[in-house]
Amino acid sequence: MRQLRFLQAMNEAYHQAMGADESVMIIGEDIRGGIRGETKGLHGAFGDLRVLDTPISEAAFTGFATGAALAGLRPIVQFQVPSLIYVAFDQLVNQAAKMRLMLGGQANLPITYTLMVSGSRGGNAGQHSDNPYPYLLHAGFKVVCPSNAYDAKGLMIQAIREDDPVVFIASAMSLPQKGPVPEEIYAVPFGCGDVKREGSDVTVIAIGHLVPEALAVAERLAQEKNISVEVWDPRSLLPLDREGLLKSVKKTGRVVIYDDTNRTCGFAAELSAIIGELAFSSLKAPIKRVTRADVPMPFNLALEAAVLPKPQQLEDAILAVRSYAHV
Amino acid sequence: MEHKIEASTSNIMPAQFARSLYYDMARIRQFENRVVTLVDDNEIAGVCHEYSGQEAVAVGICGALTTSDIVTSTHRGHGHTLAKGGDVGRMFAELLARTGGYNKGRGGSMHIADVGIGIFGANGIVGAGAPIACGAAHKFKAARENRVAVSFFGDGAINQGVLHEAMNLAAIWDLPVIFVCENNQYAISTPLKEVTILDPYVRAQSYGMPGVCVDGMDVEAVYHAALTATERARTGKGPTFIECQTYRYFGHYTGERHMKMNYRSQEEVDRWKLRDPIKIWAARMMESGLCAQEDIEAIDAEVNIEIDRGVEFARSSPPPNPAEALDCMYAVPYPNTPAWGVEP
Repeated sequence: MRQLRFLQAMNEAYHQAMGADESVMIIGEDIRGGIRGETKGLHGAFGDLRVLDTPISEAAFTGFATGAALAGLRPIVQFQVPSLIYVAFDQLVNQAAKMRLMLGGQANLPITYTLMVSGSRGGNAGQHSDNPYPYLLHAGFKVVCPSNAYDAKGLMIQAIREDDPVVFIASAMSLPQKGPVPEEIYAVPFGCGDVKREGSDVTVIAIGHLVPEALAVAERLAQEKNISVEVWDPRSLLPLDREGLLKSVKKTGRVVIYDDTNRTCGFAAELSAIIGELAFSSLKAPIKRVTRADVPMPFNLALEAAVLPKPQQLEDAILAVRSYAHV
Repeated sequence: MEHKIEASTSNIMPAQFARSLYYDMARIRQFENRVVTLVDDNEIAGVCHEYSGQEAVAVGICGALTTSDIVTSTHRGHGHTLAKGGDVGRMFAELLARTGGYNKGRGGSMHIADVGIGIFGANGIVGAGAPIACGAAHKFKAARENRVAVSFFGDGAINQGVLHEAMNLAAIWDLPVIFVCENNQYAISTPLKEVTILDPYVRAQSYGMPGVCVDGMDVEAVYHAALTATERARTGKGPTFIECQTYRYFGHYTGERHMKMNYRSQEEVDRWKLRDPIKIWAARMMESGLCAQEDIEAIDAEVNIEIDRGVEFARSSPPPNPAEALDCMYAVPYPNTPAWGVEP
């Protein structure tokens, strides 16, 4: 099959979704210029009224999308750096996320928020390195975090079709990754996790750009230590495929969660709680979390590396749960 | 471009329309009076922010709108939905948190809205409706629909960043938006003059849009300003900012009566009440021969019946089922999404 980069898959999803439905529009900063390529060609194809470049006014363009959605459009709101959502937090959390319930279901809000270059990229320091999906999950947004080009295109198409606000996490480390992507328009449904690698000894739940890292660790451990690691990718964090998650956990009984968000109230904490509540009797070892540390990203690269979750830590955690035995 | 305009009385208005303005204002006044009683009787939970005193603003602005135009409302929003044509019974039902309410008991006083008649949310966050109005206006413009979006906000919103961002967007894209500042002089207890150097309408100049200031106790003046603004919006010329100088008769919210707050003197309150928008309009209609005293009394009686019936409807409407507390969150729910606080 044809190979595309994650970024190109996003671009194709944008073009195909806007071509298929004229109520889809995109708004944000530097959309026409396409500073990375994911919005390339949109302005030429769809014009000023559907491709809107805004001033630096994150709160206003976020609220603008809410109003456009109430009036019948399907806006895509692109944040060029995820931490810009904090500037627009009222419009996201108090307005878009709460509006449907507060209106008693009178209106739908089919809005897709794209968070570009999510996570750490090396040397971008405290305000350009966040993976802010725990905040958004807490607020009730549907959130997808694709780990490869195929899922990126399919989850983007589904996000745009979904009649609720959806956040699409475009991990910085995933954007250049290549993978097979069909040319036709297709959707990856929400709430369907994916076994990216089958295994029987330990389940690694990995999120976004950490999925390829987890696969590499799993491969090495299979070859070097004959350990069979299953890598499970939730793909959509909310809704979460509990059934798929629990199936894998019950198969192996040993779990490591590999997630690049803060340890305290991060996504791994929620997964741990669900597993503890619903699969306690299947567990042969305590759940281990390999997460980001609870500090803003320091600038120095060695400090950054010390804060981020790493393959070596994942490997150590797998070995620890693998060899764990009740005393 | 920017100027203060005085109360306008020179334009001739059809009698039926003039009476409808009176009817709409009387409806809001009586509605809010009943709200106070229902709050005192503990039939309404939580807080209400009564619109009494500001009726000429909502009614004057909405008088220039059609049903397909939209507004974004505020925490003090009962008057906006009523002026836009909201049903008194469904309004009371929402305040009483019943399933027959506009928001099925999920919104309450601060978020009461009928999307069907173009209320795009009533906001508990000051200024937050402004960009929402802009987004709706963009759709109207892009689809070449001859519709207008109005954003209501108070003087308290004038120093809120998102309002300025929204005004800028409306201006650069010539959006059919009307920014209506209901200047009731106080943000809760903070006088506007202490926190703002110039009058709110002056801010419009920075965004290259007309900014006008009208007597917000004069429904005719508000209506004519709104007509000018809607015409400008409908002909693709862009947004207008209308400051309406007005006053709220009650406290910031119902409960304030029982707190000994003294940020407004009784003398000041009485002075504003001398210029009561409903009395002024009744007097002017009679002077102009648009109606007689009996007509006014007949309208008041008709509204009174409507209010009684509305409360009756609300009381007879069933409360929501707690088992359905998570309903309405998503258009497309999934298993465990949204999740309950305890595993079912």
